[in-house]
Amino acid sequence: MLENESNPTISKSTGLPRKRFYRARAHSNPLSDSHFPVPISPGHVDYSFHYPQLVSSDQADSNKKIEFADVGCGFGGLLISLSTLFPETLMIGMELRDKVTEYVKERISALRATNPGQYQNISVVRTNSMKYIPNYFGKGQLSKMFFLFPDPHFKEKNHRRRVISPHLLDEYAYVLEIGGIIYTITDVEELGEWMKACLASHPMFEALTEEELGADPVIKLLSTATEEGQKVARNGGQTFQAVYRRIAPSQ
Amino acid sequence: MDDTQIEAGENNKDIEVAPALISVHPNQNSVAVAVGSDLRIFDLLGGRGVSLVDDSAQPFHKDSIRAIRYSPNGKLLVSAADDKLVKIWSTDSWRCISSVCAEKRVSAVAISNDGLYVCFADKFGVVWVVGLHELDGNESLVNRKAAPLLAHYCSIITSLEFSPDGQFIVSADRDFKIRVTVFPKKPLDGAHEIQSFCLGHTEFVSCLAFICTVDYFLGFLVSGSGDSTVRLWDITSGSLLDTCEVGAKSGLLESNGGDEGCYTVSDLCTIPDGNLIAVAIQGLRGVMLLCCELSSKTLNAIKVVSIMGESFIPTSLGSGSDAELLWMVTGVSKLSGSDCDSLARVRVLSGFKKSNPDSDGHELTLLGDDELPGSVKLLEKLQGSVTIEENVFLAAAEAVKTAMCNLLIKKQYTMEKREFRKRGRNDRKIKQ
Ligand SMILES: C[S@@+](CC[C@H](N)C(=O)[O-])C[C@H]1O[C@@H](n2cnc3c(N)ncnc32)[C@H](O)[C@@H]1O
Repeated sequence: MLENESNPTISKSTGLPRKRFYRARAHSNPLSDSHFPVPISPGHVDYSFHYPQLVSSDQADSNKKIEFADVGCGFGGLLISLSTLFPETLMIGMELRDKVTEYVKERISALRATNPGQYQNISVVRTNSMKYIPNYFGKGQLSKMFFLFPDPHFKEKNHRRRVISPHLLDEYAYVLEIGGIIYTITDVEELGEWMKACLASHPMFEALTEEELGADPVIKLLSTATEEGQKVARNGGQTFQAVYRRIAPSQ
Repeated sequence: MDDTQIEAGENNKDIEVAPALISVHPNQNSVAVAVGSDLRIFDLLGGRGVSLVDDSAQPFHKDSIRAIRYSPNGKLLVSAADDKLVKIWSTDSWRCISSVCAEKRVSAVAISNDGLYVCFADKFGVVWVVGLHELDGNESLVNRKAAPLLAHYCSIITSLEFSPDGQFIVSADRDFKIRVTVFPKKPLDGAHEIQSFCLGHTEFVSCLAFICTVDYFLGFLVSGSGDSTVRLWDITSGSLLDTCEVGAKSGLLESNGGDEGCYTVSDLCTIPDGNLIAVAIQGLRGVMLLCCELSSKTLNAIKVVSIMGESFIPTSLGSGSDAELLWMVTGVSKLSGSDCDSLARVRVLSGFKKSNPDSDGHELTLLGDDELPGSVKLLEKLQGSVTIEENVFLAAAEAVKTAMCNLLIKKQYTMEKREFRKRGRNDRKIKQ
């Protein structure tokens, strides 16, 4: 990364972007219309741009599809852990804040540069996931969706800004394949209750059993892999998780 | 869109002129026109204007009507307005049998094929459903409660349509999206199963309609958009079957030259039991006819039916299910600088032959005012006056144009405003 030698936003010792130069305000309003490009349909997502080593541009209709989505991925810690755990799986982070998205982009390209052949299966897009999920993924395309430490939006009047809500679960159920799993975790008890209640009352989701949770290698990442999770852990905070499986609706 | 913006829009009514609307009873028993807060019905069987009876707590509409529609069985007419009321009228008694309070202003309505559920969309993108079981004349004052059915996240829903077999409800929005949702057995518990998204439009979707014939009773969806196209979809998979560039075609086909620039599709009407689609395009004096070849799944422009002599740019189209007539209206609420605040002009195209797949629209004739069913009486009722002055008319055409743009095109921040907003945001302040 020679060209970064003089770039103060890149740490000289690690070659990774320094987080403090990408500090962002804590919460953003997902309702405001921002100006970023949105693919017209999932068929318009440029895979060769996101995964240049795995999908070449002439292979436009390659059947390799994104399977994991980290919604509100923040600084991208989860993607990085998942990348090596599932090296064959394409995954994407969706993040609303532009500075944070830029940080994740830098972080991934730095990792790719320092670890040849690795981290080729992860990428990030700046988008409002609450509006544009159907523009990125087709029916039943995803096998895992992550919602780790989402913004709490405490006020009752702002509950509709929450990324887990009864109506948005309809869209998540659409992009998840049957058997696909939705992972949620928060350190805000009230939000934890809310997410669990939304999932529990949705006809197309069912809770994983304790046994299944124990057998899933991803579970322990929920509280440890992301920046927010690590912050909560440092402060000894409690976390509340809800992990549900997409099921076929009973007729 | 920002909350505050939507809420500001709620109060900012003077800029929001409402285009006139038309709806035709499925058996052509009656025809309804809405202009501003005024709902006008003409009884075609009886040959007279209808006096509506509304003794609900909030009688009649107090603000611009945004949607009117007959139920498929013709027993009901539903009207929804900026006063946040959805009124359900019996077409027998012409009484308001229910007045439902919406939380927000309503942008679209649809009635299930069995006539048992009324669905309406509000400006926050939520579709609500009201069950009409046990609703009869004796219960006229009952305020039915609406339950949320589905939602497009904070996008204005522009059109709602049931599929011909009643299996799906289709909703279109300002963010270029069309969503196809299974209409459940118990709609009051919500519609959670999305069948498909029909994605391909590159601007807001303004209108939806189904084309269906005896051979293709499941029907195909057609949609019109601000991107100057009409598109044909298979709703089961959400695949785009064909795109017709009506903006370009209308300019080419129209002999006297269309308006430059804006070719927003403002309404669509499929001619029942046939493969013709009438398209209203902003700036086009008349309608454009498309033919849908169901076997090859293609959409072809046939011709522009121009309306000579007056600046008739239709704001809404309608036809009955056994009709040979296409009904068109133009008009607008709250004409600035005019005393007559509820102008409308009704025109009718005749000659759509039922079950004639080869009909290429050449036999179509524009009916003169004296040839209309109900003639002078109909015009008095629906237009508010038999003759409409041409200058008022031009003003209406202009107002309609801005109304369509204002209604559907996203509020754009000016560059300065955007910069100002950005500066106010902390994430833009890079700390050294
Ligand atoms: C509290 S952070 C958690 C980040 C990360 N998952 C973690 O655990 O460290 C929530 C993130 O969600 C993002 N976000 C909020 N609403 C969003 C939306 N509608 N679409 C995409 N990202 C969103 C925020 O910008 C923020 O980065």
